Order: sequence, then structure tokens, then C-alpha cells
Amino acid sequence: MTRAIALLALALAAAPQEHSYTQADIENGARLYQGSCAGCHGPNGDMVPGIELLRGQFRRATTDVDIIKIVQSGIPGTTMPPTSFTETQAGSIVAYLRSRAPAAPPAPFGRGGPLTIARGDAARGKSLYETKGQCATCHRVDGRGPRTAPDLTEIGTIRPAAELHDKLVDPNTNIRQGNRYVEAVTKRGDKIAGRLLNQDTFTVQLLDANERLVSLSRNDLKDFTYLKNSPMPSYRDTLTPGELDDVVAYLVSLKGLRP
Amino acid sequence: MKFRVALLLVAAAGAVAVRAQQLVTFDRILHADREPQNWLTYSGGLFSNRYSPLTQITPANARNLELQWVFQTRGPAEPVEKSEATPLVVDGVMYTVMSPNHVVALDAATGRMFWMYSPRLSPLARVCCGRVNRGLAILGDTLFMGTIDGHLIAIDAKTGRAAWDVAVSKPELGYSLTVAPIIVKDKVIIGPAGGEYGIRGFIAAFDAKTGKEAWRFNTVPGPDEKGHDSWPAGTDAWEHGGGSIWVTGSYDPDLNLLYFGTGNPGPDWNADPRPGSNLYTDSVVALNPDTGELKWHYQFTPHDEFDYDSTQVPVLTDIEWKGRQRKVMLWANRNGFWYVLDRATGEFLRGQPFVRVNWAEGIDVQGVPKRVLNATPEGTLVYPNNQGATNWYSPSYSPRAGLFYIPSWMDTYSTYTKGPAEYKAGNQYVGRFPTMTVPALRTAPGNVNTRTPQEGWGAIQAFDARTGELKWQFKMADVTDSGVLSTASDVVFAGGREGYFFALNGRTGELLWKGNVGGQVSAGPMSYAVNGRQYVAINAGSALFVYALRQ
Repeated sequence: MTRAIALLALALAAAPQEHSYTQADIENGARLYQGSCAGCHGPNGDMVPGIELLRGQFRRATTDVDIIKIVQSGIPGTTMPPTSFTETQAGSIVAYLRSRAPAAPPAPFGRGGPLTIARGDAARGKSLYETKGQCATCHRVDGRGPRTAPDLTEIGTIRPAAELHDKLVDPNTNIRQGNRYVEAVTKRGDKIAGRLLNQDTFTVQLLDANERLVSLSRNDLKDFTYLKNSPMPSYRDTLTPGELDDVVAYLVSLKGLRP
Repeated sequence: MKFRVALLLVAAAGAVAVRAQQLVTFDRILHADREPQNWLTYSGGLFSNRYSPLTQITPANARNLELQWVFQTRGPAEPVEKSEATPLVVDGVMYTVMSPNHVVALDAATGRMFWMYSPRLSPLARVCCGRVNRGLAILGDTLFMGTIDGHLIAIDAKTGRAAWDVAVSKPELGYSLTVAPIIVKDKVIIGPAGGEYGIRGFIAAFDAKTGKEAWRFNTVPGPDEKGHDSWPAGTDAWEHGGGSIWVTGSYDPDLNLLYFGTGNPGPDWNADPRPGSNLYTDSVVALNPDTGELKWHYQFTPHDEFDYDSTQVPVLTDIEWKGRQRKVMLWANRNGFWYVLDRATGEFLRGQPFVRVNWAEGIDVQGVPKRVLNATPEGTLVYPNNQGATNWYSPSYSPRAGLFYIPSWMDTYSTYTKGPAEYKAGNQYVGRFPTMTVPALRTAPGNVNTRTPQEGWGAIQAFDARTGELKWQFKMADVTDSGVLSTASDVVFAGGREGYFFALNGRTGELLWKGNVGGQVSAGPMSYAVNGRQYVAINAGSALFVYALRQ
């Protein structure tokens, strides 16, 4: 059993989209899919807007490993719940999804489709990211850069190309729940600003401007504000359209530690 | 024989107080308020007030509550599912269900287990929203449980062995039993969940001794039944019309009426296949419990497109209404309104919003919502969201305070986009899933809340049942799937998704105490006593937590 899991994992890691699944995997996955996933995604995988699971069109995932991870862990802040599927089980669901996908290469991204990335050059984009764009001043990739702005290590699996393009032009658009900035003022008058990590009725957790993990009691606060605007500048006028495409291409290439 | 005598002698010599354990007759259930140390039904009594007459824990001493014991069945092999059950307590023994269908008998003072019963479940079981169970019923010395694969099982309360086991409905078609059954006289009454699978709902009564079905009331009437004309003629829409049953009903012995709330019509989010008001979905039905005959019905949301199940607990009480005592029913509905109905006749007395509502501009004098929004192909933004203003988790009514306590989802919204819905046996039959800013059913492991208040928050709200006035609000940063318990000493218990279980002053809403249970509360609290000590129990995550005052 352990060996089977290891083999499957190896197969997935080595050849993520080569459809190297057994018929048993696919049948098993079909059963699991219809029992657990079809509820929300529909029998044909198309009931959640922007996602066509059986046509290889995902919003946040491209590789099999991405999908397995999402099947197992869910997507916090969305209606996609975590499951108790083992990696083997999640892998068989992927086998089923892949078996149903049309033979043509799937559209790499959700709503936006294959927009923008074809035009950009990721290597040029990386260079722009580090120099003219000054993105690395605030963002972090692969463990390098500050932690206060969103970590972009796997941004290519999180946002589609079109959305990344929109964000560069208008940073205040489509702010994700995990990227909220808050400012707290204590009763003593101290100001603490940072990225909101979590909150409940009695407490607030954040990463402050000095990259400290801070937990505050709401009782100790005089004021607590959600900042409406992103601290990021717009690149509408700073980068040319071509340069924007290059940066998007670079960002799309960032697939995390387990691409 | 000698052995038994010896045991008794040992018990006497060691001064161990072995409590008498009498049969739970229906008369005891009818008068559950006479034995406040026990909790004999899902809601604590057939009027479903979720109100405990116990008074040891008070607003003055609640800060001294502390954890007594925790029970969790989970081995590493078992998938973790949220626990939604309310335990029963009978003479010092607690009976409860851990998801999906593990029944346990525990020493209610220590949490140590007497026995466990785990039926073998069909792999065909399919559930929309979790492999859960909300609790047991007891009559005599027999427990009754519905299972996610559609069986009703009678279990010997002394041994945990099944006495009978009947297949009520077909799991492969999406029928599942998640509700705690209700006992009326000699019958066990239950109905199926499955409103997302195109089921045709029903309420059915079974002989408690034998498991033989006594009657069945179809919540979606067939061609020969009254109400069928609320479904399109010449189609089979009614055969997949929903009207599921997944929350326990109530019973009034004077009127001899059994009340149940019914679930959404199918398909949930595309009403095109089912023009009409779609009786008796999203309704309360009042039945003769001896025959299953319908006495009256009231439909909260005719022709629903927003998944506003009326699977809430019918809360029964008698209040002064315009100068005279009336037998009423209080009902906080998923659709955002809370209602007062005459429970003898079903007459609509009042309906008012308790959260932000935009799909209807109030309710007319006949009790019909003044609807202004529908699902569209482009998408319609609707308050409250798909999970509703409240849901299956119980509200509470304190007859002493005259207050109705509602666990509420505040300022939540969904966008409903009409999409195709085709019935295929065993598959979901819903339409297009609406958007939500708040996770629908359960939080992820390590869930965080980084939402702004505009994206939804939670509250326990207290309304004066007579005047309709909002008395207080206890605000929470996240929504809640917790039921509410009130007590005769004006303490209100509830919890939320944030993983707190807390006590409030029932008159003012002031926070008296909180305990960190570390996981989502998706169950109702209950209270009981053993040897004169009051306990409060709550399921959170997939474990059961029990509190009492520090000694």
C-alpha cells in the first residue's frame, strides 16, 4: 500500500500530465468524484463559474500535484472544503478528471483563458521584477524579499494571467481575503499596522511592518481599521504594455515549491 | 446469581451511589421539565425551547466554569467530520452520536464509555453537506438513530446492540437520514435529507417496538394528493421536488399536532422546471401524529430559488397576543425573517427581518413574502446568502425572560446565477452554485478569518417574542453554526466557528465566560445534572466538551 502511494506520487511528480493512470485509478476516481465532488462541481464538472474540471480548466491549479493539494486541503476562504482523501484517492480523482479532458491541450487558465502569457517573456519579466518594477522591494519569491506584501512564490497557481495583469494596472482591484492590511491603535496610543493574518471576536493576529507576529486583544485597542487601498503602486504608466506582459509571464511561471 | 449479589454488596459497602435507571416512558418525555437533570429529546422537550430549568450556573458564577471532560471517538483511520449532535442524558448516562453514526453511552459525570455501536454503512451513501448525524431519540430502553445510508436503527440502551434495523430510503438516490428522530406516543418519526439530489421528501412514522412503518406523509404531494397543483402539470418535476427533512420537529399534546419544517425545492437554484409555489417545500407542516394526516401548512418561501430550507426547529410557546393568550410557534427562518404563527391553525401573526434582507420587501398580511428578486442568467446579488440568516442549528426560547434567541448570520450575501439543472438519478440536482464570501458549511483546517465586516459576521440576537423588539445582540467576528441554550437562571450558552463556547447574560447579552474549544461549533448546547451538579455539553470540531462550575 505504502509502495503504491510512493509509486503514484513518483509518477505524478515525474510526469504530471502524461495520463499514466490505470483504468482502475480512473474508475475509482470517477466513483469518488461523483460521490464527493459532483455535489458542488456538478456531474460534468462545470457548475462552479470559471471552472471546467472535466475539460482541464482550473482556476488555481495546473499540475496534478496542485489539484491533489486542493482536493486534500481545500481552498481557505472559499466554499471548497478540505477532504479526508489520501494522496492515492485524490490522485485517482485527478486520473478521472484527466481521462475526461479533451485531447487538445487544456486552456492553461480559468476565466482569462490563454490571455497575455503568450505575449510575454518570463525571463525579461523576471529582470523587470527585480529592477525597473522594484517589485522585490516589497514582495517575496522563493524565500527572498520582505514578508509584508503577499508572497509571490506560487502566484502562478493562485491568480490567472488576466487577473495578474489587472492587478499590476490597478492594485486596488480584486484584493484577496488573505491580503488585507489593517491598522490598530492601542489605548496607550501605539500604532500597529500590518497584514491581517486572522481575527476573531476577541483577538486580532497580524504580521506587522517589522515582520513580527503580533496577537492583540481587542479590549486593548482604541481603534481598528481595515485599509481600503493597496499600498502597491499602479504600473499603468511605469511599465509599457510589452513590459507588463513580460512581468505577467514571469509571475505566471511562479508555481511554488512543488510545481 | 451469586456474582450479582456480591456486586450489589460491594456497591453498597463502597457507598457508590448507583442511580436508578427507569424506562423512558412517553409520559416522561411529555413532562421532561419535571426532571431537569435529564435531557430526553433533541431539543430538551417536545416544545423545542432548548431551555434548561437548571439554575446552578448563574450570571454571577458562570466565570467559574471549567472543562470537566472531553470525548472524541476519532482514531487516525477515521475521517474527521464535524459533530452536529445534541446528546441525550437519562439518569446519569449520556447517549450521543459521533459522526457519521457511532453511537456511544457514556458516564455523564466522567465521560467514560459504557459501549459503542457502529453500524456498517453502505458505501452508496451520499450526503451533500457532511457525513453527520444530529442525534438520537429514546423510548423505554431503546435508542433510535437514522443513518446516512437511509436506515432507521433501534438500539438497546443497555448494551448497544441493534434491536431492529429498517431501510427507510435509498442511499444511491441521495436519500440520507441525518435528523434526530422524534418520539410521539409509540411511534418513531423521521424523514430524509437529500434536497440537493432531487429526492421527494417525506415524513414517516415507525412502530417503536417493531420498526414497521405506520404512515408516510409526502412533503411533495403526488397527483392524487392535495397541493399537487402547486407543481407544473404534465411533468415529473414533483418526483424530484425536494422538501427534505433534516431537523427534528416538535409536538403539542393538547392539539395532538406534530410539526416539522421542510427543506428547499429541487433543483435549488434554477426554478424553471418547477413553476408554481412548490408545496410543501420551505414550509412548516402540522400533522396528526397518529395518522400522518395534514392539518395545516404554512409556506415561508414559495417558489424558492435561494436554497432557503425551512428546516428549523419549531419553537412552541404560549404568549399573550393582542390581549389574549395564544398557542404560538416562533420560527427564525433561513430566508431572513422570523415569524410568529398560531400553531392551532397556522395563521400568520407576524414576520419581520432579523438580518439584512433584500429578496423581499417584507411580508404581507396574508403571510406571503413581497418578493422583489429572482435568480437570473446574469447573476442576482441577494441578502442573506445561500446559507441563510440562520439554519438548522437550534434557536432557544426562555419562557421566563420571554426572549427568543437566534443564532444569526449578519450581512451575508450570495450571487445567484441561473444555470442548467438536469435530473440524473443519484447526482446532484441543483443548478449553478451561488457565490459566497463566507465558507458555506465548514471551515478548513487552520481556517483564518481575514474578512471585513461587510463580507458577513455573526451574532446571537435576543428578540422579545411578544413585541418583536430586538433586546440585544452579541456580535461575533465570524458566523456561527451553533445552537443556543437558555436556562432558568438567565444564562445563555452558544458558540461559533471561531472555536469559542461562551456564556452570556440572557437579559443583557453581556459576555460572562468563554472557553476555547479550538474548532468550529456546529451543534446545539444542552445541560444536565448528575448528583446535584449541573453540566453543560457542546460538540465542537469532532469532539464533545463538558463544562461545570469549579468545585
